[in-house]
Amino acid sequence: MTKSNERKLTIARSMAEAVAQEMRVDPSVFVMGEDIGPLGGVYGNTRGLIEEFGAERIRDTPISETAFIGAAVGAAQDGMRPVVELMFVDFFGVCFDAIYNLMAKNIYFSGGNLKVPMVLMTSTGGGYSDGGQHSQCVYGTFAHLPGMKVVAPSNAYDAKGLMTAAMRDDSPVVYMYHKGLQGMGWLGTEAGATVHVPEESYTVEIGKAKVVRQGKDVTIVSLGMGVHNALKAAKTLEGQGVSAEVVDLVSLVPLDRETIRASVAKTGRLIVVDEDYMSYGVSGEIIASVTEHDISVLKAAPKRVAFPDVPIPFARVMEQYCLPNPDKIVAAWDEMKAA
Amino acid sequence: MAARKTTPKPNVSSEELTQFYRDMLLIRRFEEKAGQLYGMGLIGGFCHLYIGQEAVVVGLEAAAEDGDKRITSYRDHGHMLACGMDPNGVMAELTGREGGYSKGKGGSMHMFSKEKHFYGGHGIVGAQVPLGAGLAFSDKYRDNGRVTFTYFGDGAANQGQVYETFNMAALWKLPVVFVIENNQYAMGTAQQRSTSTPDLHTRGEAFGIPGEVVDGMDVLAVKVAGKTAVGHCRAGKGPYILEIKTYRYRGHSMSDPAKYRTREEVQKMREERDPIEHVRIMLIEGKHASEDDLKAIDKEIKAVVNASAEFAKESPEPALEELWTDIYAEAT
Ligand SMILES: Cc1ncc(C[n+]2csc(CCOP(=O)(O)OP(=O)(O)O)c2C)c(N)n1
Ligand SMILES: [Mg+2]
Repeated sequence: MTKSNERKLTIARSMAEAVAQEMRVDPSVFVMGEDIGPLGGVYGNTRGLIEEFGAERIRDTPISETAFIGAAVGAAQDGMRPVVELMFVDFFGVCFDAIYNLMAKNIYFSGGNLKVPMVLMTSTGGGYSDGGQHSQCVYGTFAHLPGMKVVAPSNAYDAKGLMTAAMRDDSPVVYMYHKGLQGMGWLGTEAGATVHVPEESYTVEIGKAKVVRQGKDVTIVSLGMGVHNALKAAKTLEGQGVSAEVVDLVSLVPLDRETIRASVAKTGRLIVVDEDYMSYGVSGEIIASVTEHDISVLKAAPKRVAFPDVPIPFARVMEQYCLPNPDKIVAAWDEMKAA
Repeated sequence: MAARKTTPKPNVSSEELTQFYRDMLLIRRFEEKAGQLYGMGLIGGFCHLYIGQEAVVVGLEAAAEDGDKRITSYRDHGHMLACGMDPNGVMAELTGREGGYSKGKGGSMHMFSKEKHFYGGHGIVGAQVPLGAGLAFSDKYRDNGRVTFTYFGDGAANQGQVYETFNMAALWKLPVVFVIENNQYAMGTAQQRSTSTPDLHTRGEAFGIPGEVVDGMDVLAVKVAGKTAVGHCRAGKGPYILEIKTYRYRGHSMSDPAKYRTREEVQKMREERDPIEHVRIMLIEGKHASEDDLKAIDKEIKAVVNASAEFAKESPEPALEELWTDIYAEAT
């Protein structure tokens, strides 16, 4: 049942709306990427923009990621505010120098003389058999490297507010949107991502996590798609008399360690859900944020539900076996309790 | 139905012409079947069909010798069939089964056969181009007279690593044929919207790499050009560029809204320039084959393709333990 004053948007549409509203008031904002013009982006997040703003400001690029992302860095240093798209995050290998050695470091290297106000938006995630070069998240890889902010919305409200905040930020922001949350019919989509989105422009603070479900027995921390898995698991647990709190990270860099610590201090138990590879990544960082601060709050060893350390397999059975899901989160709770 | 002139080239035998027909038809029917299996939900994810471009690989394979190598992008089914890989193994990889070339781990875009000297199947646009130079490097190092066909698209021709590779390949006189399959589109982007100068075969000039443009809807023309290119490489003169003008009839992958071109444009190509129809007419008009002969071939191909689909359905799903194998090479 939708209330009459509700305005439900997909993440794709809310991203495009945020960009359009900012472009109307700020002529220095422009968009670049592959098939972001007439096609409206493979994942729909630039749909309608070229019709309103034209090909000069909504610029399709050749398949030359090193050049156009590098060019965005240059333009940003010169006072423009590029929103540039890397179609799949997996392609970062082609152009990472422009990202982590230039975009991320030139503010620091200039002693603050330069600003690099750009947004790098990129799609993440799998679950639909696209194979090992089109299904990764690599959240940890980006978040590991200093100098860029990293956000990952789980719903359309945050998606719009984060995009507006990212465009107004004078530092580079990597905006990682999950394909399975975009609301693209042909992909299958998570219904919980499509929520009410206010018409007017607003920001969602970068660096602030959200407690999206209150609970007292266990804290489940996640981001993007994982938040929906966590919420579903929390529902199942509720049926078993277990009260789970769910924290949506919203932003990986800066990371809101305070909100995580406060939640775990309350519940005493921590499960981290991450679609990125298990080792050396987000899940380990979240656990360290708690344990290095105050290990005494923990009533049990923390658990993680993450992608195993293997290249993402194509075969559906194998990929689905690897991905986090609500059942695995519930199983992690069961193990935690048994231990 | 064909509107174009078809003068049979004098130097092609009935056998060879018939083989071209057979090889191209196998790719066409295989791809159509893959499209069907996709529609039935037996194949998931990306699936880039080669329909329309068959004459490119078939013509070039006719110019290749045993031991020559090939490497390409994700639009790779045709290349695998043309170099003699088993249709069963290819189709079963598309359905993600144990009997697939990569045991279900790779999928449509990632298959390999050392036996047939097929080195992939690559999903990152342009990334196979330096690898192709590396294959040619090892051939030159071993002085074995082999040549590598390195295929990439008109869209991939705008990747920087292509030009780093051109320079190195020319500098070291590597025996590599760079085959640019110009099907005029890169996903939804028409070539003229992404490319400052249209003539991709001239892209090697600055490096001293000769290039020529070829009609990719004419398998005989492709073979002739392939022979020239391969001869150049085997003579130790270094790389050669073939820009082969072709056309893909289907969407980029399976979920392509196809708003970037008109139905009429596609229809016109199919009707007037189809590479298989071209050979079929030559066979009939040149009295190389009768309608009945061709029907027999059609039937034969259909059986092969149907068998591959059966195999791909029947082959078991991979065991989950397989997840943990092949991450590192087995010690030999
Ligand atoms: C580095 C990289 N950038 C972008 C993509 C997404 N992508 C896949 S295929 C493609 C178009 C390539 O066109 P072309 O080279 O002409 O080959 P075709 O598909 O026509 O065979 C794009 C942009 C990718 N896979 N890798
Ligand atoms: Mg192309």
